[in-house]
Amino acid sequence: MSKTFSVVSHSLPKIDALSLIQGKPAYTDDLAPADALVVKLLRSPHAFAKILSIDKSQALALEGVACVLDWRDVPRIPYTRAGQGHPEPSPHDRFILDRYVRFVGDEVAVVAAESEAVALKALSLIKVEYEILEPLLDFEAAVDNSLVIHPEPEIHDMFPIGFEPKRNIAASYSMELGDIEKELASSEIVLSRSYKTQSQAHVAMEPHAAFAYLDIHQRLVIYASTQNPFHTRRLLGQALGLPLSRIRVVKPRIGGGFGSKQQVHVEPFVSLVCLATGRAARCSLSRREVFEATFCRHQMRIDMRIGAARNGKINAIDMQVLSNTGAYGEHALTVFMVGGSKTLPLYNKVKAVRFGGKVVYTNTRSAGAFRGYGAIQGNFALESMIDDLASALKMDPVQLRILNMVKEGESSEVYRVMGEGREGVDMIFESCKLDYCVARGCELIGWDKEPLAREVAPGKIRAKGMAIAMQGSGIPLVDMGSASMELQDGGCFKLRIGATDLGTGSDTILAQIAAEALGVPLSSINVYASDTDHTPFDVGAYASSTTYVSGNAVLAAAKKMKAVLISAVAQRHNVSIDDVRFDGVNFFMTNGRFIQDLNSLSLDTLYHDGEKMATLNATASFSGQKSPPPYVAGFVEIELDSETGKIDVVRYVAVVDCGVAINPALARIQVEGGVLQGIGMALFENVKYDAKGRLKTNSLRSYTIPSRKDIGAIVVEFAESYEPSGPFGAKSVAEVSIDSPPAAIANAIFNAAGIRLTETPFTPERVLKALQERKT
Amino acid sequence: MTLSCTINNKAVRLECSPGDVLADVLRAAGYKEVKKACGTGNCGLCTILMDGLPVASCSIFAARAQGKTITTIQGLKKEATELAAFIAAEGAEQCGYCSPGFALMALAMVKEFRARGMQNFDEAEARHYLAGNLCRCSGYQGQMRALKNYWESRNE
Ligand code: FES
Ligand code: FES
Repeated sequence: MSKTFSVVSHSLPKIDALSLIQGKPAYTDDLAPADALVVKLLRSPHAFAKILSIDKSQALALEGVACVLDWRDVPRIPYTRAGQGHPEPSPHDRFILDRYVRFVGDEVAVVAAESEAVALKALSLIKVEYEILEPLLDFEAAVDNSLVIHPEPEIHDMFPIGFEPKRNIAASYSMELGDIEKELASSEIVLSRSYKTQSQAHVAMEPHAAFAYLDIHQRLVIYASTQNPFHTRRLLGQALGLPLSRIRVVKPRIGGGFGSKQQVHVEPFVSLVCLATGRAARCSLSRREVFEATFCRHQMRIDMRIGAARNGKINAIDMQVLSNTGAYGEHALTVFMVGGSKTLPLYNKVKAVRFGGKVVYTNTRSAGAFRGYGAIQGNFALESMIDDLASALKMDPVQLRILNMVKEGESSEVYRVMGEGREGVDMIFESCKLDYCVARGCELIGWDKEPLAREVAPGKIRAKGMAIAMQGSGIPLVDMGSASMELQDGGCFKLRIGATDLGTGSDTILAQIAAEALGVPLSSINVYASDTDHTPFDVGAYASSTTYVSGNAVLAAAKKMKAVLISAVAQRHNVSIDDVRFDGVNFFMTNGRFIQDLNSLSLDTLYHDGEKMATLNATASFSGQKSPPPYVAGFVEIELDSETGKIDVVRYVAVVDCGVAINPALARIQVEGGVLQGIGMALFENVKYDAKGRLKTNSLRSYTIPSRKDIGAIVVEFAESYEPSGPFGAKSVAEVSIDSPPAAIANAIFNAAGIRLTETPFTPERVLKALQERKT
Repeated sequence: MTLSCTINNKAVRLECSPGDVLADVLRAAGYKEVKKACGTGNCGLCTILMDGLPVASCSIFAARAQGKTITTIQGLKKEATELAAFIAAEGAEQCGYCSPGFALMALAMVKEFRARGMQNFDEAEARHYLAGNLCRCSGYQGQMRALKNYWESRNE
């Protein structure tokens, strides 16, 4: 298994690092044309209302206003903002602008003006009369409520997803393997508990931004901060009723996404203005708008039951989920299904397993894709439950997991039955070093060295906890990536990819894969991504797919490229292709005789070969037949202050099996960042509304994300692992890193004080309350 | 109104209106290295140096810059390039959106720590100094490793 690589598996700096650190213009808003109209959005102040009238006359009369558009000015075509495969698993339940507004921040009108100041002034001059409707804010009361959020007749699903808008249900699903009630009834220990997870905000540092213009062919060109330019193009075509041939989407550098840019948030509006005025139009959301009107993590209630034998063998797991999709159903079905499909296979030897539930509408902002979607929620419930079981059995939680968890060479029925919005795939887990990850994590945190909890000062308890987690590597049979390569004069290569580097460094690691396969240095690969006119198709960066799916496409393209080079040399020199070798610089005969170098080949094929001149190129696509899971064993040491209820993370240890890390430094940073986002969700990040459905946490003052003072050490190690189906042995790493902290920290709190917190985040108030309840 | 100030060692005149905040005026004038993520003084991405001291340019009016000397990361070419290499070696910039503000603040910090006579890099102090520079991607560990390495390379 230990393979030696020359480019892959090396921590090379990102190819765009130095420019980005020094602030070279690279992101969407940096590149917008200076004379573009500034687009601003009028947003609903009400959680649920019908627009009775809109008077735009004063706004339109203001000098410098180019247009004011409302629901009467847009095509009435239901669509979804979620960038996913086609047909979309999300219901088509919204319009670019509608007569109804369904959350505070929902778009009412679009203004375009010569300057930001004029656009803002114009917003204040639009007079809207609303019929205010009673909002439905409590997701646990949504099903069959007399308030119906989506009564409109045009909305629909694209295939059966359990869509019942009259009951406020965006999607539902259920499955059972084995006989759950029978297995629970015959289990010696049965536990049941209900867990809740909050809604979390992505807070990608670059706010959502886009600009649009008409090119010299009168085609609509949109630059957007997006994770999926090709989906964006399709969604815009759908929503605007425009043929796709008229639309081009370009993705510049992205200032973070984490799923928030997997949906279109500003693209439809700059497009509308551009089409209406013929002028370039730009829009960059304020942080407040990002908080109020883009998506967040699905809030969930998860009801768990688990049955086991006295010896610790788990017989049955039942997971029932209620998920809050907010005003619209983007990613409703898929996020919720991942809650089971990317957690339950961890315990693949149970006799029965059941998963099901509903995703409901409320008058809060929409939930959408967010790193670890569904999995982090499901993992919190499942992994908390496993520790509860360990405590009931008086077993060490690590031993209980080792006894039951998935091992290399096994498979999972759940993985076969459940995919994302569809059936899963039957696959053997060919690389699974979870046992190593757990053992190594124990060593690093000192699991067996000292008691799991000890008082270090009066009222201050240090305690350890752990959880394991898994994810996928792309969505099998749905996600597809492509790459194309071309030899250029100078002996370097163009690598064009549809994959989307949203800060993860994927442009660099995909170039590393190409360089490794060709045997050339990284500097010989010129990457261009992604542009719907100029790069081949790729679904985009989500579902932990880029390294595995796009990486396999790049590997295939590079292998083809090498074959094309060799066959060109063989033809030019009238020798057999089997006799030609390429060492990255020179071509040789097998007997060692020098033939020519790469640079001369590039010049010959482009300039010297007369009627035989041709570009040498290769294109390849890849769609996964499987989705090999990466794994994490997360161990945490916390300090609990029993006076204040405050929890500090002293140390977080994450031992990761992501297959071969194509670029270990970049993989490490991803894990460190993911762990910290998971800690933020576990400890304090919380999206809060007031009684009228107005967001209270609408700035970085009121919504706190972890700062560098909020964390002790994060220790990351990688297991030696090789995934046979991955490019050079790689799996994914992006999402799995976020999944373990909520459960690991909850388990540490239990070990510290014997209190079981069942709702994230574990704020000082909740900890204190639980401590008090324990006393009484 | 017209604003006269020195930006990155060049005397400039910028057009702006009384209510404009400095970050917006700088960006409109082409200083795209000044990023803006919160607009409320909470993230540090819009950090610039004004008469040598770091300030959040989203939280002051442009008029305050009249007659002042302003430095963005582009104005610190030599130091910025050197520090950038250490950040890149750790892969500590992910999306890179927070990097210019972070790098500028870090350079100001190093200068201040040196002036105070600090010999060995004090990570806890540094975390405190840089607490207002948020990064949502990296988890900060790589940034701190890069800073430590940069500091030690200056000691040699
Ligand atoms: S944009 Fe100025 S501190 Fe955040
Ligand atoms: S690297 Fe993305 S916010 Fe810091």
